[in-house]
Amino acid sequence: MAEQAVKIREDILKGADSPEILGWLDKPPKAEVELKGKITRSLVEEISRIKKEPDWMRRLRLRSLELFYKLPMPRWLTGIEEIDLDALSHYVKPEAEFTQDWEDLPDYMRKYYEKLGLPELEAKFLSGLVAVYDSETVYARMKEYLKKKGVIVLPLEEAVQKYPDLVKKYFLKVFPPADHKFAALHGALWSGGTFIYVPPGVKVREPIESFFLIGRQGEGQFEHSLIVADEGSYVHWIEGCSAPRFVGYSFHNGMVEAYAHKNATIKITTIQNWSRNVINFNNKRGIAEEGARIDWVEGSIGSKMTYVYPSTILKGPYSSTRSVVVTLSKGPYLKDSGSKVIHVAPHTRSKIINKSISADGGVNVYRGIVRILKGAKNASAHVECDSLILDGKSKAHTFPHNQVDEPTAYVSHEAKTGRLSEQQLFYLTSRGLTDDEAKSLIVLGFLDEIMGELPVEYANVLHKVIQLEFSELGAVG
Amino acid sequence: MSKGLEVVDLHVNVHGKKVLKGVTLNVGYGTIHAIMGPNGSGKSTLAYTIMGREGYEVERGDIRLDGESILDLPTEERALKGLFMALQDPPQIPGVRLTTLMIAALNKRQGSSDLTRVRDPKIVRRMYSLAEELGLSRDLLQREINVGFSGGEKKRSELLQALILEPRIIILDEPDSGLDVDGVRKVSEYLVNLKEQGRGIMLITHYARMFKYVKPDMVTVLIDGRVAVQGGPELADLVEERGYAYIRRRYVEGKDSTI
Repeated sequence: MAEQAVKIREDILKGADSPEILGWLDKPPKAEVELKGKITRSLVEEISRIKKEPDWMRRLRLRSLELFYKLPMPRWLTGIEEIDLDALSHYVKPEAEFTQDWEDLPDYMRKYYEKLGLPELEAKFLSGLVAVYDSETVYARMKEYLKKKGVIVLPLEEAVQKYPDLVKKYFLKVFPPADHKFAALHGALWSGGTFIYVPPGVKVREPIESFFLIGRQGEGQFEHSLIVADEGSYVHWIEGCSAPRFVGYSFHNGMVEAYAHKNATIKITTIQNWSRNVINFNNKRGIAEEGARIDWVEGSIGSKMTYVYPSTILKGPYSSTRSVVVTLSKGPYLKDSGSKVIHVAPHTRSKIINKSISADGGVNVYRGIVRILKGAKNASAHVECDSLILDGKSKAHTFPHNQVDEPTAYVSHEAKTGRLSEQQLFYLTSRGLTDDEAKSLIVLGFLDEIMGELPVEYANVLHKVIQLEFSELGAVG
Repeated sequence: MSKGLEVVDLHVNVHGKKVLKGVTLNVGYGTIHAIMGPNGSGKSTLAYTIMGREGYEVERGDIRLDGESILDLPTEERALKGLFMALQDPPQIPGVRLTTLMIAALNKRQGSSDLTRVRDPKIVRRMYSLAEELGLSRDLLQREINVGFSGGEKKRSELLQALILEPRIIILDEPDSGLDVDGVRKVSEYLVNLKEQGRGIMLITHYARMFKYVKPDMVTVLIDGRVAVQGGPELADLVEERGYAYIRRRYVEGKDSTI
């Protein structure tokens, strides 16, 4: 990718003050609307009113809010008590109207996206691009030929207005708000995000990217992405996340719902590099019908704490999924991850690969689940968990969970833990590399096979970001 | 200012145990200095201490390169100043290819921030042709470092790195162990070459068999962490003929330190 794009991601990592990077001299530009404080019915109604939502959506929000009040705090979450939900801004509408032209965005915003190299990326490699800033989608566009084929790429809010029946069919159906407290909170406060619909038989050749940006501190971001691939279609969606460094923390509680109809393929790639004060909570789930396939690739580098569990329900026979999750915890940070697969139908196949890297006191937790329901004849699942621990202060915990109720099913599990020894480190430093450079080589080697899963432009960025993480710059903050 | 590597009255503790008890020696450019001694005499400790390995504490004395102390430098800076050590039994580094390491080490020397990028394809071609000359298969360069390497392949890979990185001082810890006769001859040829190029070579070896092919300019015999005796190549012959027990009786217990 553009050198410049790499450079700006480098600056973000360096922890240079965000106003400096963004060209803001004092503080972030004023928002048009900012709703903060206690999460109440009137707050939720206000969001719905600003968005001029139809009644069904308003009621869906309020029902989710009721669930949020009722559901207990999940016990498996650690560290989340730090979040004072009442202190967050729950909805921040930037002073920008949704547009399909970069030129229409406010100067500061356009410049920021230009620095990130997004317009260039869009022109060269993407079928479509969606940019979410704070709580709203500010930009979305796709290539003309896809429009003619009936592909839809829109901010979810626009889709709610224009294609209500289509949205209704899937929205909060793949991932019901009753699942847990934060899914319910998401249902109540969701804002911004992407709607993608690919009609039967259409193959979207180049990926579509959505780029999410948290522009200020103490903000909750609740974007929602809904990807629907109709029969026999193909789409690759890339989710890129970034937040410049601010004092104080931000809370991200996004959701991705994916629905692959018969023989369709959805590929979802996420590269997450939020800054070190973002608590990143993800709700990701897909449903695969007969012969369909859903692939997840998740590279989780940044944030203070990340909770991410890409999940697939293999609903139709011969459906399959492959989920690759890579997490890096370098420093006093936590990544809690784990792919989940539920085999419902016969002849379904799944493969889970999880790779974690722990350094400088970082902690990785793997909590994967494979469930094979009775009747899922000849289902097969394979789980691979590799942990790399780079020093004595860092930790990796693995809690795989398999529940197999079908006697003809086949499940295999491999787990490996590698620790960097003093002798290995000495060897590499004796060739002229610093400890951190030596570690970055080991990490890149550990991730080598995964890099091949990414489009080459993104692999290059990830490559560079990992080297930066292990440079002196990465040690800041 | 003296040129090359100087070790001055070096006392070293390894994990609390006193291993070197006053070692003084020089490795000048364009010379080969053989360090001999029985097992446990402190040969490898000397090499690791020169490279600044963690856990090798210098209690007294100094290590200098071209007259300047390098004691306070971390290992990588010693390497960048031109020191290189070929390990006796180098560790496996899963995930890292041999070419990747050499490219990273070269990029570092050229001050590049992206360690993995190949800046000059010529250097990769050079790696392949050198590997071939050393009798290493081409695919070995693309393999993870030392993973599944035979003893001989490890030795050759260490030497290959030394040839690519072009250090000024090369410390080889038992480069002959695990090699067959042809291998020993091959490695020796390269050492003679490196010496002729003006590099300083510290050749640590237990046996004198290498000296058939590569004549040391200086020989130091270490016993119990001390220099038992120093001399010319004839000292190596003496060790070969009479063994370390004789050297110990004559030079350590007999207090006679000349030949």
